[in-house]
Amino acid sequence: MKKKMLNTTKNNLITYGMVIIAYIIVQIFVLSGSLSNLMQGLLVPLCTYVILALSLNLTVGVLGELSLGHAGFMCIGAFTGAFFSKCTFGTIPDGLRFFLAILLGALVAAIFGILIGIPVLRLRGDYLAIVTLAFGEIIKNVMNVLYVGKDSAGFHFSLKDQMSLNLADGGEVIIKGAQGISGTPKNSTFTIGIILVLITLFIILNLMNSRDGRAVMAIRDNRIAAESIGINITKYKLMAFAVSASLAGVAGVLYAHNLATLTALPKNFGYNMSIMILVFVVLGGIGNMRGSIIAAVLLTLLPEVLRGLNDYRMLIYAVVLIVMMLFNWSPKAQEWKARHSLKKLFGRKDTAAKGGN
Amino acid sequence: MSFLSYLINGISLGSVYAIIALGYTMVYGIAKMLNFAHGDVIMIGSFVVFITTSATGMNPLLAVLLSVVVCTILGMVIERLAYKPLRGASPLAVLITAIGVSYFLQNIALLLFGANPKSFTSVVKIPALNLAGGKLIISGETIVTIVTCIVIMIVLTMFMKTKPGQAMLAVSEDKGAAQLMGVNVNKTISLTFAIGSGLAAIAGVLLCSAYPSLTPYTGSMPGIKAFVAAVFGGIGSIPGALLGGVILGVIEILSKAYISSQLSDAIVFGVLIIVLLVKPTGILGKKINEKV
Repeated sequence: MKKKMLNTTKNNLITYGMVIIAYIIVQIFVLSGSLSNLMQGLLVPLCTYVILALSLNLTVGVLGELSLGHAGFMCIGAFTGAFFSKCTFGTIPDGLRFFLAILLGALVAAIFGILIGIPVLRLRGDYLAIVTLAFGEIIKNVMNVLYVGKDSAGFHFSLKDQMSLNLADGGEVIIKGAQGISGTPKNSTFTIGIILVLITLFIILNLMNSRDGRAVMAIRDNRIAAESIGINITKYKLMAFAVSASLAGVAGVLYAHNLATLTALPKNFGYNMSIMILVFVVLGGIGNMRGSIIAAVLLTLLPEVLRGLNDYRMLIYAVVLIVMMLFNWSPKAQEWKARHSLKKLFGRKDTAAKGGN
Repeated sequence: MSFLSYLINGISLGSVYAIIALGYTMVYGIAKMLNFAHGDVIMIGSFVVFITTSATGMNPLLAVLLSVVVCTILGMVIERLAYKPLRGASPLAVLITAIGVSYFLQNIALLLFGANPKSFTSVVKIPALNLAGGKLIISGETIVTIVTCIVIMIVLTMFMKTKPGQAMLAVSEDKGAAQLMGVNVNKTISLTFAIGSGLAAIAGVLLCSAYPSLTPYTGSMPGIKAFVAAVFGGIGSIPGALLGGVILGVIEILSKAYISSQLSDAIVFGVLIIVLLVKPTGILGKKINEKV
C-alpha cells in the first residue's frame, strides 16, 4: 500500500516536472530570440488547450461520461471574464483584475455546469453526449445575439439589437451580439498560462486521489455497485462535472484575454472545438492527465509544423489522427504491440508503469 | 396562408433531415457507433452531382444515380478501412476515428474543389405548384423532396422484411447470436453502411437543390441536425427517424419565421433537450431496463 502511494506521488511529480521543464526550455528559446513570432503567438493558446484537455479528461476519464459541449463552458468563462475586465477597466489594478476575472469566469462556468448537469447527468452514454452538444450550441447561439450595455442606470440586456438596449447618454455597449466584445485588455501571458496549467493539474490530480475522487471513479466503474454502498451518485457526478466546467471557464478567461476581439464563432466555441478537445483527451489516453497534456501540445503544434505543406496540412492531420487511432485502439494492433513490446525485449517482467496518474 | 407555406417548407426540410437521419440510425443500430463522417458523405455526393452536371452536362437524373453509386462505394470503403479494424474497441475510439474520417473528407473536398461556395443548379425540373389563387406556392423541389422521402420510407420498410433486412435486425439485436444463426455479420454491417451512404447522396442532392450553396463544409451542420433528429425520434428506430426529422424541420423553419432566425438552432436544440429529459430514449425509442 505504501509503495503504491509513493508511486502515485512520483507519477504526479513527473507530470508537474514535465510542465515546468517545458516552461523553462520555452523561456530559454524566447529569451535567446530563436522562437518565431508565430510560435510565440501559439504559447498562450497552447496553455488554453492543455487546460481544456485536462478539464475534459476529468469528465470523460474520471467521471466516465462523454461530453461534446465542453467549448460551451469555455465560451461562458471567456465572455464572463472579458465582460468583467471591460467593466472594471481602469478601476482595479491590472494584476488583481485579471485574477478576479479568472475567479469569476470559473465561478460562472461552474454555476452553468451545475445548472446543465442537474438535468443532463440523468441521461447516459450517447444521449448524454448529444445533449451536451446541444447545450454547447445553444450557448454559442445565444452569445451571438446577446447585447449588453452599461450606463448610469446599470446594465441593460437585449436579445435583439443595439437599439433595443435603450441606453442613456454616455452609455456603452459592451457585448455587441455577433461582433462580441472588443478591446479586452491583453493580460494573458505564457507565464500566467503555465501557472494556470499547474493549478489545474494540482486540482485534478488531488481530486483523483481524494476520497471524493475515488467515489467518482467508483461511480464510473460500476454505478449500481457504487450506489449500493451508499455513494451519493448525483452529488459526486455534479461535483466532478462542475469542477470540469469551471476549469474550462478558466481556460476561456485565458483565451479571451489573449484576443483583441472575442466573438462566438463556430470555429472557437462550436462543437468542432469541443470535438477537438475530445480528440486530445482520447488520443492522450482517457483518464491519463499526462497524456492529455502531451496530446494537446503535439496536436496543436502538428498543423503549424506542417504549415510548409500548405493545403495538405489538414489532410495529413486527418490521416495522422486516423492512423494513430487505429494503431492505438484496434484489437489487432494491441495484440501486435503486446508481442513486440520493448519491455518484453529487455526482459522486464513488471508492467507496473501502465496506467499511473 | 404564410403559416401553411412555412409548414410545408418545414416538412420539406424535415424530409431531408429524415433521410440523413436514416443513415445515422441504421448505422447506430448495427454498429453502435456515431458515424460523424455521415454529413461529409452528403457533401461528397452533392459535389459529384455538381461536377458531372456542370462540367460534362450529364443528365441530372443520371448524375444523381452516379452520385448514389459513388457514395455507396465510399461508405463501404470507409467502413472497411477505418471502422472495421476497430470492431470491439472502445466506442470512444471509434467516435474519434469517425471524426478523423470527417476531417479527411472535408479536406479532400477542399483540395479538389476549393473553399469558394459553388452555386448548385437544382436537378428538379418540375414547375412550382400554384394553390389558392397564387397565395400558396409550393416549389418543385419541395414536392420532389417530400415524395422522395415517402418513397424511401416505404421501400425501406419493405426491405426490412426481406432476408438481408431481417439479418440487419438480427445483428442490431445481438451480434453474437446472429453470427451463430448463420448471419454474415461483416457483410451485413457493410450493407448497412452502403444503404446509409446511398441515402446520404440522395439527401445531399435534395438539400443542395433547395439551398443551392455548396462548400466542403455544407454537410456538417445538416449532419449534426439529422443526428439530433435521429436521437429525437429514438435512435435505432426507422419511423423514429422520419418523425424526428420532420418535427425538427418544422420547428426550425417556424422558429426562423416567427421568433428569430439567429436563435433557430438554439430553439431546435432546446426542444431536443426537453424531449430527452421527459423521454430519455427519444419519442419512439425502446426503453431498456437495466440488469444488475
